[in-house]
Amino acid sequence: MGAMRALRQAYGPATARLARALRRAGTAGPAALPFRTVARTAIVALVLVALNSTVPAGVLPEDRADILYHRYQGGGITIDGPSVLIRKKIGESFSVSANYYVDMVSSASIDVKLSASKYKEERKQKSVSVDYLHNKSTYSVAVIDSKESDYVADTAVFSLSQDMFGDLTTVSLSYKRGWNDVFRNVKLADGSKVRDPTFADNADSRGYSVGLSQILTRNLILGLNYEVITDEGFLNSPYRSVRYVDPGSPKGFSLEKEIYPRTHTSNAASVRLKYYLPYRAALDGQGRIYTDTWGVDAWNVDFTYTQPVWKRWILDGHLRYYKQTAADFYSDLFPRAQSQNFLARDKELATYDAITFGAQATYDFQIPRVRWIQKSSVSARLEHMIIRYDDFRDATVTDPANGILAGAEPLYKLNANIFQLFLSIYF
Amino acid sequence: MRVIRILLALTTLVGATACSPIQPWVKPFEREHLADPIMAFDRNPVSSAYLDHVFEAREGARGASGSAGGGCGCN
Repeated sequence: MGAMRALRQAYGPATARLARALRRAGTAGPAALPFRTVARTAIVALVLVALNSTVPAGVLPEDRADILYHRYQGGGITIDGPSVLIRKKIGESFSVSANYYVDMVSSASIDVKLSASKYKEERKQKSVSVDYLHNKSTYSVAVIDSKESDYVADTAVFSLSQDMFGDLTTVSLSYKRGWNDVFRNVKLADGSKVRDPTFADNADSRGYSVGLSQILTRNLILGLNYEVITDEGFLNSPYRSVRYVDPGSPKGFSLEKEIYPRTHTSNAASVRLKYYLPYRAALDGQGRIYTDTWGVDAWNVDFTYTQPVWKRWILDGHLRYYKQTAADFYSDLFPRAQSQNFLARDKELATYDAITFGAQATYDFQIPRVRWIQKSSVSARLEHMIIRYDDFRDATVTDPANGILAGAEPLYKLNANIFQLFLSIYF
Repeated sequence: MRVIRILLALTTLVGATACSPIQPWVKPFEREHLADPIMAFDRNPVSSAYLDHVFEAREGARGASGSAGGGCGCN
């Protein structure tokens, strides 16, 4: 979106003045316009034409700092923590950003209840990125480091974006490389957790993406994205189990460790349209299709409506619908132990659909007597997610004595609340 | 023969178009609405990155959403 940033930062105020003048001209007719207005309009138009041919279209992102508190609660899991993002320009050509993000996890999810015990975990993620602007091209490099006691992930991203065709079009290419080390924790008799010395594995990933953003009309922008991600290594959870029919067990099933293929390649393509409504509001629509080598096919649509109100407020309403089919090697209940090469009972690989809806309110304000801060805002966002699984059953309620047999338990349903509160300052 | 004529006409037309530079059909002074902050694809990067992370953890699909990297915190 370099073209849009350029537009907003370089031409924004002048364009707005000119458009207002032209609108007045259109309403009142040329004869009604005073000479001074016509002359001023012509001068602004000439300046804009000159700017268009001399100023580089690419513009670096604006300087800002964000402090966010996030909280996810649902399905027996609570994850919360802070995220801090700072972005600053250095000279005319460079922009650097740094992000520090923490997930504090407290989990008694349905998987954990079935085959493990409740645990607490913390994940810390640090990332740094540098953008370099040269004429109409922006080169970006980012490194991301994520650490949990049983998972270490390092990712490097290189991307290039190019504005073209009178800055109506921005094409971007991106390459992403990830190195992940997977461990397993075991609980000692005193309750403390240590890494299992008998298990350590890794997973590498590569991602390739191409994107296009296109101004279609004076009110409509189009975005297209295509991304291929390929992974190799240990791709399942070292904790999760699958269940299989076992007539000798009191519950009618037993557990064994899941086994995934060691390669996974996915293709995703998305299209996005954003439209400016006549009364200063915006409607954003996005659709995505997805397929992978594990047999998961998915699609989703996402809509956001943005409405500024009462001068300082911006309200957003959001709706998302997601649907997927199960992986080829997924089953809620396998017919016997070791019944096939690959075994999964991860509910994220099941057949299900999900609806997420929510709202956000943003309040813009000025901090008095702090001159280096140009503007500030505080935002609160609440989303509610409902996931309905078609072939993932609640195996924690199996009770053959009372007629709830293995494979006939009620289908699982997950409800989650996602909350964010964040402060943004622009300097 | 008629098809060849039409193809020839189309080729000539496309060829002629290729010779002239593409003119922006939305002029800079017509981009007032697009410059409005509410039209930004990513108005709050810190917030959208977090929400992408949540969706990526809860959904089997991934990619083409603009997010990058990291672990999950979601086993």
